[in-house]
Amino acid sequence: MRGKQIGWIVLIALGLAAPFVVYPVLVMKILCFALFACAFNLLLGYTGLLSFGHAAFLGWAGYICGYVVKEMGWSPELGIVAGTASAAVLGFVFGSLAIRRAGIYFAMVTLALAQLMYFFALQFPFTGGEDGLQGVPRGHLLGFIDLANTTNMYYFVLAIFLGGFWLIDRAIHSPFGQVLKAIRENEPRAISLGYDVDRYKLLAFVLSAALSGLAGATKTLVYQLASLTDVHWHMSGEIVLMTLLGGMGTVFGPVVGAGVVVGLQNYGAELGQWVTVLTGLIFVICVLSFRRGIVGELAALIKRSGIRM
Amino acid sequence: MDILGVPIQALMGQLLVGLINGSFYAILSLGLAIIFGLLNIINFAHGALYMMGAFLAWIGLTYLGINYWLALIAVPLVAGMFGMLIERTMLKRLYRLDHLYGLLLTFGLALIIEGLFRYRFGISGESYPVPELLSGGFNLGFMFLPKYRAWVVAASLVVCFGSWFIIERTKLGSYLRAGTENPQLLQAFGINVPLMITLTYGFGVALAAFAGVLAAPVFQVNPVMGSNLIIVVFAVVVIGGMGSIMGSIVTGLGLGLIEGLTRVFYPEASAVVIFIIMGVVLLLRPAGLFGRER
Repeated sequence: MRGKQIGWIVLIALGLAAPFVVYPVLVMKILCFALFACAFNLLLGYTGLLSFGHAAFLGWAGYICGYVVKEMGWSPELGIVAGTASAAVLGFVFGSLAIRRAGIYFAMVTLALAQLMYFFALQFPFTGGEDGLQGVPRGHLLGFIDLANTTNMYYFVLAIFLGGFWLIDRAIHSPFGQVLKAIRENEPRAISLGYDVDRYKLLAFVLSAALSGLAGATKTLVYQLASLTDVHWHMSGEIVLMTLLGGMGTVFGPVVGAGVVVGLQNYGAELGQWVTVLTGLIFVICVLSFRRGIVGELAALIKRSGIRM
Repeated sequence: MDILGVPIQALMGQLLVGLINGSFYAILSLGLAIIFGLLNIINFAHGALYMMGAFLAWIGLTYLGINYWLALIAVPLVAGMFGMLIERTMLKRLYRLDHLYGLLLTFGLALIIEGLFRYRFGISGESYPVPELLSGGFNLGFMFLPKYRAWVVAASLVVCFGSWFIIERTKLGSYLRAGTENPQLLQAFGINVPLMITLTYGFGVALAAFAGVLAAPVFQVNPVMGSNLIIVVFAVVVIGGMGSIMGSIVTGLGLGLIEGLTRVFYPEASAVVIFIIMGVVLLLRPAGLFGRER
């Protein structure tokens, strides 16, 4: 377990030091996506379920959080709770429908349901349609910490990320996580061992959706904006890419993947339309010859070289 | 003349639009079903290939002077060869892996194709003129039927039922069905299964491109026309189930009509009605209307 402890220390040290080196808003974006990717990985990497509709949770949690904070004057922490809770409810509905089908159908069902939520976001008046919800105030955390201050906001986001990440790590290494892995490896056997597989899948789905919502609500406060971009199917594809590139089924992989992809989008902004092509190319390369992802390959390399962690 | 308070012209007009959309759903979901049957891959690039078909027709007309009728044959052939190239170089390497990798690979391909066209043509779109032979329309008394739209429906039906006939009623089709059931056994009987898989993927892609050429004069030819459509087609496939060829055709056409009716009676829901039906079908009949559990 030493490797993991080193990973944690590196992660926390990087998180604390990053805003002094890199533009803090960019790091906050990476942290939100890293949490989103980790939540997604819980489903894809550990349960073997490919959801192509996770943008719905990210985006709708953002809308709910933005709405209650901006229009109803709720405090930021309550806004985040509201966003996360709504994503959990949405996750329960999606999950209940989607787990009725397995494999490839599961992916198509989640994609279609997310598209439904995209159209709702486009048509409902309170989401602001094409304009989105703009100018969401960051407010005061617990009534006295001013989040309009970037440094305060940054450490708040870091705390949320580490909390979410810790929770996912705990879930993966708990007996619950072991059952999920058993379902991934051999579902019929898990059933024959007496596990109520559907309930475990649904629980994993709701947990993943709620944490994706946590990331989405936080992101709304960071950017003070909830928009259609976050509910679009491109976003669902992006989160698959981050997880795949970083290494699905690894604890730290999605964090690395999120960092690489968000960094690429940020510094590659002048590439314009080529970003889509590049994203597609990375997908193809990952699937054809890099299936373990960055962290997965590194772990395999270390294992082969015989270094004990 | 009104039906339930809706003028009959409006009703018939929307039903026609629904039938046209349904024709595209039918051709695309048919292609997806054929590919899935043999390759066990959901071809996420199907929408992008449909878009490519429309663009190839437009490019052919604009730069090479290839007319509509020639494009209707040439474009599917070119796209089919492109598809076979993809199958030989990439998809072939995924058959031993989890099915999800096929979905992810074709998703990447869809992004590449869409991105390239967007880079070259922007997102505003190009318009493709209706071929001269099919311009104008018939006055049916209760509505005006543009010739081209009637042609789209007729051509789609011919292609769909032609595919059904080949698959269900010919020797070649029996190989295809056998390959879907048990490829190892078919191989043992001396059929070249890898070649058959390549041809099948090529055929599926050619169908998508054919739909693209048909669609070019009806819709704006633009780089995102495929991605918006493919998600609806996925829902159609979930509703119908991919077990039966006829099921794909009937579901596609039926859902197009339902969408058209929704546009008349409750326009706000027309974009989402198919997704809602999908949810209901999942609750009542998880395997899909024509599907088998597997």
